[in-house]
Formats: sequence, structure tokens, C-alpha cells
Amino acid sequence: MAHLNDAAVARIEEICDRYATERTPLIMILSDVQKEYGYVPLDVQEVISKKTGISVAEIYGVVTFYSLFSLEPKGKYVIGCCLGTACYVKGAQKVIDQFSEILGIQPGQTTEDGLFSIDALRCIGACAAAPAVTINGRVYARVKMDDVPQIVASYRREGGHIDHV
Amino acid sequence: MYKTCEELQRAIAHFTEELDGKFNGKTGKRYVMLCGGTGCVAAGTMKLKEKFEELLDTYNLRDEVEIRVVGCFGLCSQGPFVRIFPENVLYRLVQPEDIQEIVFQDLKEHRIVERLLYVDPATNETITKMEDIPFYRKQKRIALHGCGVIDPNKIEEALGCGGYQGFIKAMSMKPEEVAQMILDSGLRGRGGGGFPTGKKWQFAAAARSDVKYVVCNGDEGDPGAFMDRSILEDNPLAVIEGMAIAGYAIGASEGYFYIRAEYPRAVEHINATIKRAEELGLLGDNILGTGFSFRAHVRLGAGAFVCGEETALLNSIMGGRGRPRPRPPFPAVKVLWDQPTIVNNVETLATVPYILREGLDAFTCYGTERSRGTKVFCLGGKVNNVGLVEIPMGVTLRELIYDIGGGIQNGKEFKAIQTGGPSGGCLTKDFLDTAIDFDNMVEAGSMMGSGGAIVMDEDNCMVNVAQFYMGFICDESCGKCSPCRIGTKRMLEILNRITSGRGTMKDFEELEELGETVRNNSLCALGQTSANPIQSTIKHFKDEYIAHIVDKKCPAHVCKDMIQYIIDPEKCKMCSLCSRKCPVEAIHGLPGKTPFEINQSMCVKCGMCISTCKFDAIHIE
Repeated sequence: MAHLNDAAVARIEEICDRYATERTPLIMILSDVQKEYGYVPLDVQEVISKKTGISVAEIYGVVTFYSLFSLEPKGKYVIGCCLGTACYVKGAQKVIDQFSEILGIQPGQTTEDGLFSIDALRCIGACAAAPAVTINGRVYARVKMDDVPQIVASYRREGGHIDHV
Repeated sequence: MYKTCEELQRAIAHFTEELDGKFNGKTGKRYVMLCGGTGCVAAGTMKLKEKFEELLDTYNLRDEVEIRVVGCFGLCSQGPFVRIFPENVLYRLVQPEDIQEIVFQDLKEHRIVERLLYVDPATNETITKMEDIPFYRKQKRIALHGCGVIDPNKIEEALGCGGYQGFIKAMSMKPEEVAQMILDSGLRGRGGGGFPTGKKWQFAAAARSDVKYVVCNGDEGDPGAFMDRSILEDNPLAVIEGMAIAGYAIGASEGYFYIRAEYPRAVEHINATIKRAEELGLLGDNILGTGFSFRAHVRLGAGAFVCGEETALLNSIMGGRGRPRPRPPFPAVKVLWDQPTIVNNVETLATVPYILREGLDAFTCYGTERSRGTKVFCLGGKVNNVGLVEIPMGVTLRELIYDIGGGIQNGKEFKAIQTGGPSGGCLTKDFLDTAIDFDNMVEAGSMMGSGGAIVMDEDNCMVNVAQFYMGFICDESCGKCSPCRIGTKRMLEILNRITSGRGTMKDFEELEELGETVRNNSLCALGQTSANPIQSTIKHFKDEYIAHIVDKKCPAHVCKDMIQYIIDPEKCKMCSLCSRKCPVEAIHGLPGKTPFEINQSMCVKCGMCISTCKFDAIHIE
């Protein structure tokens, strides 16, 4: 628990307490931690282990099994490219490749300045908007390759927001 | 809080009248309904709502007009939608700048805004009412009952739309009669398995235990399918009601919703509706004085496709890694915390209240001999009308794609329809007259699956599609059994070789053999069906595989390693636009002096140039 301060430890313990009456609380605890901190690093897992009595090995196993949990922090803007089938057959691969090309990172990675992450998503259910991209919850519909530089630039410039489609 | 069934009945009668008033004009008010489905929200429904609110004040229409955001209308590709009642007028593709005109011309002056009406592309006829649009004509909403009609945040509207009447009916029957009725209805699991729901209930009812569970599988993982999400979001009470009825039939007093964390709105709606239902006495102890108690809880799926498999799902609910385990024991006998458990899909549970409420005949009159009722599909891909459709089983693929789907986009040629997601297969034009039901689809070489239906046209490479699905499965394999863990990886490697021009005929043979091995030896359905997309594409599109392997060509011009982008010097106007847009600076030439050329060794084949060229001077070879 090298760099976790007391306040952070208390916060994580408080999250564990929320589910104290649940028989099997692990995934709920991890979901809350992921939501609040953006990732679940090893030292946080150790705090959860101490509090709940579940072994770190088991917690680590669960964290790495599910795609919702991440061991590394995500960027300020998480670019989620939908790679569901409906988006894929309409050229989503080209869109995600273009984001990778421009940002110099692969899906699952974060840029060095901590500004952008790219995630490949499985169907977000916006098939009419295919290919769809979501950035911090905002959905961009029918994204074309040439839109990509513009979208990235808009977030670089002013923290996002172009009125697109 | 309602204490008896009669008390609830009286309230329902009142809510029904209230809801009807929002459609029939008896309140003297007019109602603007906005589609709150994912597609329309992504296209700007909330902006439209803001604009309406603002303009209602401007025109002093607050007391005469009410704005309602309801669930998905279904025809996503024509969204965002605005419907106005009691006139029943549908406006489509509405933009914020159109609102002024709608408010002034329609709401204020009672004149329809013609230019925003739907125009049937086949006949050029203007259509005012939603139900007259060909897309809706062959549909029947059973599982989607209430979706797109009620405001999902108001439980009173759900009750006014038939909600809990099935439950009240069930309470007048014995538990075994309820299970028998569901068995007699012929309802089969809508998650794709197609197992008779009533049979499952009877197994669990027969298991001796004081504690049993009902689990609703809302871990909709098939990429390209979102019907469960729509039902959970748009009429959450129907699923809760279905779960409570299931609980009564098998003798369970607790239920769990397992919903993908990627569906925050569905989770929110279910949570809020459970809370309201508890407040009203529709869930909890001694519901409506019947002596039956039932509580529902929500668990989040954390992003693992394999959790759609029921034993994996149950492991996940218990807080562990979502890995399947061998059966027996079957879940109906012993699973969740070692107790008998039934797992039903969202759409299945949403169908149950309808059967109880409307009676057997109202359900069995739809569908085919062995597949009764309706099925919800998410029609996507290269079809004109992308959206959510519910059809009676027995409708043919041709009707689904052409009559409902409006045919293929941009006049291209239909190539295949993929159903059943990564576990399914694709069907070609030879199968267009197949009547859709559980057994016919399997016989044809695919499966109905959970309801994804992706249409592909001549521009889609089927080897690439098989590679896409295999990549998905390989990613999602839980790793527990080696046939699936290693087999899917090897199959993906072979497909990677083939699509990159390094494949051999031996690879092709191995692919077929490996598929069989994985099918016969994997632990769960995810592995057993993983080779389906490969096997069905090999069966119907063998020539495409051969073209990739022998001729090193991708006939659909999709596989990057087999294509080249070429600028035609005759057509090039030397404008330099492509050169400026190229992300890797692979295009060179002198603006206005020499035609541009692509340096093939630098080109990453992103296709940016072809989409920017205004003179059609670039083509793929």
C-alpha cells in the first residue's frame, strides 16, 4: 500500500461497507471503485482484500476477467469505438484504425499526456447510427474517416464538443 | 400501497383511462411524444425536447400541450421522431431547427407540417400515421408491448398499459396451472436456446427446496442486438411482472436481474421501477394480500460475453469469474448458492404477462406450429430501415429484409444475412423464403439466436466477417477449457493468414477440421458454436475463401493486404486534396502540374483518399 493515503483507504473501505450485508459483494465493490477512481490498481485490491477477507488472488482474477475493470488509469477522454457487427459491416474498423493512427496508440491504450484512451466496444445498441463512436458518454453517429481528425482536434482544443451530425 | 387485487384493479382502471386520455384527446390537451430510444437519443431527442419546452413558453401553449419522452419507436434510421396526439401524426428525421415550424404550424395553427412526414420510397406516397408505414404493417408487438407508448419512468403509465393484469390473473390460479399454461402456450426461450419455458419452470417447481431463485438474463452480448436493452429501458415493469409470475410458478421468492453494466439506462429504469413497485405493494411481502412474497435485486454484468451462458452467469452473480461449469447438476436443480434456479431471458419474461393477460389463443394464433408467438429482431447493417422489429414467427427472411427492412441500401445487391451473432451463421439469397422460426433457421444452417439480424451486401467480404466473429470469440473465450481457448486462437490465426494473403489450401482444410474439434469438445455453448460463422461462410462462400488463398484477391475489396489504392492519372485533376488528407503522406504530386500518385509501400490503406476525392479518380484493385 505504498502510495495510498489514509483518506483514500478510508474511502475504499467505505465502499466495501456499502455491501457488508451482501453474500457475494466483490463485483459490486469493484464496480463502484472503478466508477469513482477510473481503475482498480493492485494496492486498492489489497485494501479490499483486507476489508472483505477475499484473497488478492481472487480479486485480481475477477478484475482481469471482466472488461469493465482496468488496472491502468484511463485518459481524460475515453474514445469508445463501437465494433458491434452492425457498425463493423459499415466500416467501423477503418474509423478505429484512424483514431489509432492519429493518436499513436492501440485500442486499450492511453496517450502519454493522459488525454485520450481508445476502447473497442461491443455493440452499444445504436445500430442506426453505425458506425458509432462515444466519447465520455456523448454519441457520435455515422462517423466517417474524415471526421476523425476534426473530432480529435476539437477535444484537444477545448475539451471537446463539435456539433456533428 | 395496494392491499388487495381488487384495489389494484380499480387503480389500473383509473390509470388506463388516464393513459388513453393521452392518445384519444378526451383531456382536451395535445401530447407530443418523443422517441427516447438509443438511436434517437444519439441523434438528438433531448435537444428537441429542450427546444419544444422553450417554444411552448414562447407561444403560451404550456397548458394545452404536454411533452412526453417514451421508449423506442423501432424505425431507428428515420429518427429522431416526434408524434403528436390525438391527431396521430408522425414526423421523422426531425432536427432542432424544425421545432419552431412544428410548434407554430401544427401545435398552434393545427396544420400538418407536410415536409416532415414519412414518404414511402417505393410509392412516393406521403404517410401521416405511424402504423401505415410499411415497416410496421407486418409487425405485432407482444414482448415490446408498451414500448414506445409509455413513459418508462412512470409506473402508473405501465399499469395503465396492461401492467400487472397478468400477475393478478396468475394469482387466481395455482402455481402448477401457471407453469402448465406457459408450457401450453409453446413459449420457447427467446435468448436463442429455444428451450420450452414452461418445461424449465416445471423442473424448478418440482425441485424440493425452501429457497429458489428466478434470474433474468439481461447480459445481452451479441454484438448487433439490443432488443433486451430496449425492453428493460422502455417497459421495465413488464419484465418485473414476468419475473414475479415465474417466481410464483416455481415457488421462488427472490429474483435477480443480471444486466450489462454497459446499459446504464436499463439498470437505472429497472432499479427505479423495482423501488416504485415495492412502494405500491407490487413486490415485497404478501403481495396484494395473496400470501405470495417476491423481491427483486439487480446485479451488474461487468463485460464478459460468456456470462450470457447460464452457468457462467450464475457464477458471476455469486461474485466470481464468470466461467461456465459442466452440467449436471442443471440450474433448475441446484445452482445459485446451491439452490434451484431458473434463468430466463428478458424477452421471454416480457412475453409471459401478455400470455396470462390476453389468454392462450391470443398468443398461439401467432407463429408456426413449433415456434409460437413473435420474436424481436434488431435489423441492422446494409438495409434501408435499420431498427427494432417484432414479427410473428413464420414471416420469411424476404419479408423481413425487403418489406419491413425496405431492401438494401444504395441499390446494392443482397449478399447474406447473419443471425444468431457469433454463435450463428449467415444465410444467402437461396434462403430468403425460409419462414423464420427456431427449427427452420437451424435447418437452413444458422440459428434464430437472440435476435441480431445483420444484413450484408456485395461490399462485405465474408472471410473478413468470419475473421471478425472469430476475433470476438477468441477475445471472449473464458479460457477454462482448452478446445475453446486454444482452438479459437488457432482458427483466428488461420483466418488472419488467409485474409493477409499468406493462406494455403492446407490452412483451409485445417480450418474445417479444427472447427469440428472445437464444436465437439468444448465445455459450453460459446465454444461449441464458435466455429459456426466459419462453417457457414465456408458452406455458402467457398469461392471467396479460394479467391483469397489461390488468387490472393479479396473480391469485395475489403482485406487490406490484398488491395491497392490507385489514382487514375486521366481522371486526377491535380487538386492535391487527397495528398493533404493522407495521414501518412503517401501521396505525391505537383498541384496543378502533375497527376498525383500513391506510394504503395507507404500506403496504410485507410481509404481516406478515396472518400475525399471529388472526381472519382481513385479506385481499388
